[in-house]
Amino acid sequence: MASKFINITLKIWRQKNSKAKGALETYTLNSVSTDSSFLEMLDQLNEQLINEKQSPIAFDHDCREGICGMCSLYINGRAHGPDSGITTCQLHMRMFKDGDTIYVEPWRSRAFPIIKDLMVDRSAFDRIQQAGGFVSVNTSGRTMDANAIPIPKADADKAFEAAACIGCGACVASCKNGSAMLFVGAKVSQYALLPQGKVEATDRVLNMVRQMDEEGFGNCTNTGACEIECPKGISIENIARMNREFLKGALTKA
Amino acid sequence: MSNSVLFKSSIAKKYFMALTGLFLCTFLVGHLLGNLQLIFKTGEEGRRAFNEYAYFMGHNLFIKVLSYTTYIALIVHAVDGIMLTIQNKNARPVKYAYNNPKANSGTASRNMAILGTLILVFLATHMANFWWKAKITEEIPLHSLVKTVDYPVGQNPATGEMITKPIEVTHYLNTNGTYQQFKVKDPSTGQEQKLFEIKNKHEFYDLTSHVKIGDGYKDLHTVVMTFFSKDNSSALFGVIFYVISMLVLGYHLWHGFASAFQSLGLNHPLYMPIIKKIGMAFSIVVPFLFAIIPVIIYMNH
Repeated sequence: MASKFINITLKIWRQKNSKAKGALETYTLNSVSTDSSFLEMLDQLNEQLINEKQSPIAFDHDCREGICGMCSLYINGRAHGPDSGITTCQLHMRMFKDGDTIYVEPWRSRAFPIIKDLMVDRSAFDRIQQAGGFVSVNTSGRTMDANAIPIPKADADKAFEAAACIGCGACVASCKNGSAMLFVGAKVSQYALLPQGKVEATDRVLNMVRQMDEEGFGNCTNTGACEIECPKGISIENIARMNREFLKGALTKA
Repeated sequence: MSNSVLFKSSIAKKYFMALTGLFLCTFLVGHLLGNLQLIFKTGEEGRRAFNEYAYFMGHNLFIKVLSYTTYIALIVHAVDGIMLTIQNKNARPVKYAYNNPKANSGTASRNMAILGTLILVFLATHMANFWWKAKITEEIPLHSLVKTVDYPVGQNPATGEMITKPIEVTHYLNTNGTYQQFKVKDPSTGQEQKLFEIKNKHEFYDLTSHVKIGDGYKDLHTVVMTFFSKDNSSALFGVIFYVISMLVLGYHLWHGFASAFQSLGLNHPLYMPIIKKIGMAFSIVVPFLFAIIPVIIYMNH
């Protein structure tokens, strides 16, 4: 496919630091290859800004192949932009037309404070994970081979689908309530479905949900926006599983 | 810890929302079955059936327990909903400048708080119009029936024919199932004679012995019929407001029904599609049947 070049207008959120008041700034960028990724387009814009002696736009990125969960961006009103099942690094400029105006904003959530421009602090997710998103294993001495425990294929598949979560925060960003329940639901599910994780399932769900509430995320109202915008297509069935596990825990844990 | 978790946590709030919501769905079905009697039976028979039903609903112990549970469920549902909405608004202090929520979620699901508030407004007017009168002020007439009968006053001495004159006899429907004669009135002279008296708004007392001889039915049927009849100048507004409110209720249920199951953790690939279909059918059929009742009354009266 022959590559095309388009001219675009960008409205990008600029904010000096977490305390500063931010605003949308308008930039024009010409000759953007439709084969370039959205992040490469931002690199091109930053190069232009540096040449003009302006400060470049800060945005999160790392692997640029859709598996690290580092890139974010709320593009034209949707997390990771208009395509589905992808992260922003996998979004290509061929999704846009010549002359388009593109709005780029950071994830908006009380629990994800802005660090600078489009970068947000997602360490709330780390703290939720630390509260229970693990399996305690005694690693001293002779440990057992994990594959020695028989696990039904269907359960293993479901656990794997939940574990595909890369913690990017698109669920929080697209939820009208800023709820993190798809993330927590996925993390609870990936362990609860497996025998190694079942042992601590009750404590895990209670602790992770408590941390989630402390971080100031909103409550799930089952709009389903998160599963549509999730780059890994994680189902809200995982939220239902978390709800079940939580009820079990809340009723039985002293 | 467990006790506090069941009240404080975000997920527990959703359990309460779901449980009260589903309970209120069963209330809707019960209320609807009662209301449908307004259009399925006509005349004095229909009026009597509805008033007897209303009396049963007000006096049966089991129904009383159910109705208090309904008040509590409604309050919990509303208060919990307000708390959740405030928390959810706080979770995103800075709004998006450009947002496209249509791309990933349904209109009803994003507007449950607004739809719920509108339903609450409807409920306030609904209770002021019917519930308040029936339960609190009891400004409801008793079920009475005026019949004109030919009353013999003498005999024509020449022909031996009975001389009659029409008099109006007012009957009150007694909760023992009989029509109790209450007063007779001679329309030509305007003279009337009471056969017993009414105390405490609905109790029948003997005039001489002052003993309670019966109990009357409140005529809720007539209250409803007059409220929605064309003779009432505000009836058309009442009907339109009612129909719009039912539309709002339908939207609220469109999301709420299946959502309640999801909140309770009852999402299973086998059953969720069925639950969703039942929810859609419920949210269309129940509000529709509610809405046609005042429309039919308005057109027929």
